[in-house]
Amino acid sequence: MLLIPCPHCGERPENEFSYGGDGTVERPTDPAAVSDADWHAYVYRRANPKGPHVEYWYHQFGCRSWFKVRRDTHTHEILPLEDETS
Amino acid sequence: MHRYSAFSLLRHALTGHRGWAPAWRDAEPKPHYDVVIVGGGGHGLATAYYLAKLHGIKNVAVLEKGWIGGGNTGRNTTIVRSNYLLPGNAHFYEHSLKLWEGLSQDLNFNVMFSQRGVINLIHSDRERDVLAGRYNAMRLNGIDAEVIDTKTLAKLVPSINLSPDIRFPIQGAVLQPRGGVARHDAVAWGYARAADALGVDIIQGCEVTGIVQDGSKVTGVETTRGTIGAGSVGLAVAGHTSHVAAMAGLTLPIETHLLQATVTEPVKPFFDTVVSSAPAHVYVSQTDKGEVLIGGHIDGYNSYSQRGTLPRIEDILASAVELFPRLSRLRLMRQWAGVMDMSMDGSPIISKTPVENFFINGGWCYGGFKATPGSGWVFAHTIAHNRPHPLNEAFHLDRFETGHVLDERGAGPKPQAH
Ligand SMILES: Cc1cc2nc3c(=O)[nH]c(=O)nc-3n(C[C@H](O)[C@H](O)[C@H](O)COP(=O)(O)OP(=O)(O)OC[C@H]3O[C@@H](n4cnc5c(N)ncnc54)[C@H](O)[C@@H]3O)c2cc1C
Ligand SMILES: [Zn+2]
Repeated sequence: MLLIPCPHCGERPENEFSYGGDGTVERPTDPAAVSDADWHAYVYRRANPKGPHVEYWYHQFGCRSWFKVRRDTHTHEILPLEDETS
Repeated sequence: MHRYSAFSLLRHALTGHRGWAPAWRDAEPKPHYDVVIVGGGGHGLATAYYLAKLHGIKNVAVLEKGWIGGGNTGRNTTIVRSNYLLPGNAHFYEHSLKLWEGLSQDLNFNVMFSQRGVINLIHSDRERDVLAGRYNAMRLNGIDAEVIDTKTLAKLVPSINLSPDIRFPIQGAVLQPRGGVARHDAVAWGYARAADALGVDIIQGCEVTGIVQDGSKVTGVETTRGTIGAGSVGLAVAGHTSHVAAMAGLTLPIETHLLQATVTEPVKPFFDTVVSSAPAHVYVSQTDKGEVLIGGHIDGYNSYSQRGTLPRIEDILASAVELFPRLSRLRLMRQWAGVMDMSMDGSPIISKTPVENFFINGGWCYGGFKATPGSGWVFAHTIAHNRPHPLNEAFHLDRFETGHVLDERGAGPKPQAH
């Protein structure tokens, strides 16, 4: 059982949440100005790292907020989000 | 290679079975191969076998970081079927199913392919429309397919719960009679033994840690057992496709997710088909040992851990017990997980890449076991000729950028599709 740290409710069991995927991909701000290659990267390509991964979680059966978590995809350890750039 | 036969079994029985030779050599890596295949699962081993057998390329190595068949090949629920709608998928999986039908003879190794029929349950009018449409399309493609009512279903699977009071009452089913199951380990071992006999080096305990490039060309791999030169490199690493492709600078439309399965204690045979349900998301079969083998859907978040968590197993078991109430009193013996290469349209990628001499076979989601013979067959062709076979043209890596996705479920760009 993963314990997901919701910023509002604290650590809660994983089955209260749904997963929102890679939290680093950003929707291009001006769709008209974006090349096909950039759209493709935004919609389809994912770094999919084996290790630390910044990802979205949604506290669906709780406070219903979306937030980011940094988690190691190999060990499932939840890491501090501040280290994001390291 | 010493051929296996009833006669060889008898001969070895007379000497107390002490004379059996190892099924393949434990090869030391050579400095250079024409083709290096990364990943000793079913797909990698099948690719090496068909390269040697059909394309005359015998200076081939299969590099496996652990032991062959220890990945998803040894963890899957072994369902084999070819019930696809889209032409790009249908003909490929049907070709694969035909290869399964002759595989034990071809490899001289019993892969225990049992065509016991694969049943998908219908739980609503909408599902009937969609499944009947798909199964009709299969017939038009020359693939066996039947739509059956609950009376026929009750005859085929007497223990199934046809009560109208369950969460997803059963209204009928579709059946692919030629579908079935096979013995997972035997597939890896059979391909390994047959490839080895043709000269392929199978190198276990050898992890690829880097891809050696000369400009835009791949020339070899770095491994935990030294650098190995290669004319071409083919990836068949399933859940690790993104991880190894990143070593060559590629970012792929794939996420790695967990898929779990579990088996009960063995009991007397009580059903002899494979039964699956999409809304309840569970699939059940009974193994030759009598265990009830139960699989379901992915845990739902990126993971390379090969360890699932309990909420998903609970969910899958609740569905299984609803379909087969008699399972409720069985004890579970084992539970495990594999790491799945979930592609963004639910279809595989068997393709050349922007990097020269570097080929990818991945994105299998949770349905790659059935593809094993077909996947190796077309991947060998793609590597040998440096272009895809017509059967895997639709699996090109470019399709996401050009808009030619193969979205069997119509679910959009999501790694949660099949
Ligand atoms: C629980 C579960 C149930 C499933 N059920 C079904 C089913 O019923 N029907 C079906 O068709 N499919 C099913 N699948 C999917 C199927 O198992 C896979 O799609 C298929 O096995 C993948 O191809 P493979 O056999 O080559 O992979 P694997 O057997 O996983 O082979 C890949 C190999 O690559 C090796 N490797 C990885 N990285 C490196 C590296 N850097 N260097 C060297 N080697 C490396 C791994 O150790 C591994 O042995 C299921 C999977 C799971 C986990
Ligand atoms: Zn919350």
